[in-house]
Amino acid sequence: MRPFLYERADQPEAAVIAARIQGQQQAPPTAAAAQFIAGGTTILDLMKLDVMQPQTLVNVGKLPGTIEMSDQGLRLGASVKMAEAAENEIVKRDFPVIAQALQLAASQQIRNMASLGGNVLQRTRCPYFRDVSYSACNKRNPGSGCSALDGHNRNLAILGTSDKCIASYPGDFAQALIALDAQVETLGPNGGRSLAFADLHKEPGDTPNIETQLQPGELISAFVVPTGAWTRRSLYLKIRDRESYEFALASAAIALDMDGQTVRGSRIALGGVATRPWRAREAEETINGQTLNDETARGAAEAAFRGAKVYSHNAFKVELGRRTLARALLDAGRMEI
Amino acid sequence: MGFSMSQSEKPGGLNRRSFLTATAMGATLPVIQQARAQQAESAPADPRAPVDVKLRINGRDQSLRLDARTTLLDTLREHVGLTGSKKGCDQGQCGACTVLVDGTRVLSCLTLAVMAQGSEITTIEGLASSDGALHPMQQAFIDHDAFQCGYCTPGQIMSAVACVNEGHAGTNDDIREYMSGNLCRCAAYPNIVAAINQAKNEMRKA
Ligand SMILES: Cc1cc2nc3c(=O)[nH]c(=O)nc-3n(C[C@H](O)[C@H](O)[C@H](O)COP(=O)(O)OP(=O)(O)OC[C@H]3O[C@@H](n4cnc5c(N)ncnc54)[C@H](O)[C@@H]3O)c2cc1C
Ligand code: SF4
Ligand code: FES
Ligand code: FES
Repeated sequence: MRPFLYERADQPEAAVIAARIQGQQQAPPTAAAAQFIAGGTTILDLMKLDVMQPQTLVNVGKLPGTIEMSDQGLRLGASVKMAEAAENEIVKRDFPVIAQALQLAASQQIRNMASLGGNVLQRTRCPYFRDVSYSACNKRNPGSGCSALDGHNRNLAILGTSDKCIASYPGDFAQALIALDAQVETLGPNGGRSLAFADLHKEPGDTPNIETQLQPGELISAFVVPTGAWTRRSLYLKIRDRESYEFALASAAIALDMDGQTVRGSRIALGGVATRPWRAREAEETINGQTLNDETARGAAEAAFRGAKVYSHNAFKVELGRRTLARALLDAGRMEI
Repeated sequence: MGFSMSQSEKPGGLNRRSFLTATAMGATLPVIQQARAQQAESAPADPRAPVDVKLRINGRDQSLRLDARTTLLDTLREHVGLTGSKKGCDQGQCGACTVLVDGTRVLSCLTLAVMAQGSEITTIEGLASSDGALHPMQQAFIDHDAFQCGYCTPGQIMSAVACVNEGHAGTNDDIREYMSGNLCRCAAYPNIVAAINQAKNEMRKA
């Protein structure tokens, strides 16, 4: 690991100031001189591997953060730990998709350490990104090429890819946030702002090294999730190589507003298959207004993967993703609320 | 705490430049004071210079001078002589390094020692009572042969104690799910589940 200066911030403003002083403004936050550390379960791992190289670490893990209901909906402080949110009674009852997405992620040790803010910014598990002995990785080393295109890409994405990068976004919680139209509140060198969670992450395009809209030194302070008729009838289905402590091969975050057997409105997001948190609008449009059954669920699933592009080892994800989505829709329809 | 220019020029993460920039940003005085109050916990401006780290481990205070890069796991093993916590992967993937921080189980390989200041750290060495009597979980692991090579065992036991205290050891399925962060290469899993079932009852009695 490269040497770094360490500071702990007790207030969000102090964290932003510290990052601004030490940082440079040109680089994306993941390449900036000063970077935040919360739980450390992504950034320390990648610093040991020499993938991330901050010169200053500003510890934001002890900033105050709470879970509360407000007029705008559920407010989740960015420094709340995954375990705390997963086990919160309001979250479990009124936003089950959030509780489940968190609960099915990582292990209890990691959920005890990891913050919600750090969680949405976790980085891909693409093996070539994590291993600096491969020189070609556009995400790690812009312009160097992509080792995964002709390499081991079984776990990588089939939606939202580019010829520069096909890395999958590995997180679960983000799928619940994008499905439920969450907002992100941030505090940066230029003050605070609120943006749609759907706008936070970027597709790789020609610049896979730029993963989000965040500026260097911009701190995520909270997520706000609006309440609606659909939030209680929501769930997260995660399919993986082993039952626990594993990333998704395919997953679906679903929230349904039902009128009897008819889908009045749906919110669908897909994990494990895309380069960023992925809202499946085509699937929503296909199922909205329909009676929910095997056939219509399958129709929505077909629509969701119409634009899929497969690579040498990951073609299986198309059918796995469809089945995951169809099953999740039917399960959500059957939920007793 | 008040502040003066000379103090703000002390080498530290937030130095005089911080003060000036903060003012230019229109930040309020309490914020700057907050920021300045943190000097005590920040590394010196030379990132290679050692940092003073105070840790409380198994009820004992330890004052250490460490490279800021030192993980809690390496601190325990290399600097404090507590080699019970094991390094399996050093990447958060195996659980062998599990310790309790303020009663909560965490991975010491992904925790910096500087980040663990101000917390109560418990390792496998701190589990038995001072008269040497084993913790019910340690005894249960012996009673049920819940290990073969023993490399994962300290992590398993620390994780198991927390699993019971969290209320996540109700059923065998719960135990398997909430212990999934601890891998065992010898696959002693059925015995580990049996050990936890025994210990959870005794821990309740205690
Ligand atoms: C073995 C293993 C298995 C895992 N399995 C899963 C899984 O199944 N599902 C899943 O979803 N995740 C999984 N994870 C990932 C884990 O959930 C993330 O590492 C964790 O949530 C990151 O949170 P953190 O607080 O530790 O972030 P950190 O590592 O501290 O930070 C991560 C990034 O976010 C930035 N950052 C942190 N806080 C803020 C903030 N408030 N504002 C702006 N930037 C910030 C940091 O600068 C850094 O770039 C796994 C991790 C490991 C090691
Ligand atoms: S898929 Fe992306 S992260 Fe993986 S090697 Fe290619 S450029 Fe790097
Ligand atoms: S050594 Fe920490 S999880 Fe493997
Ligand atoms: S006893 Fe050998 S790894 Fe668990």
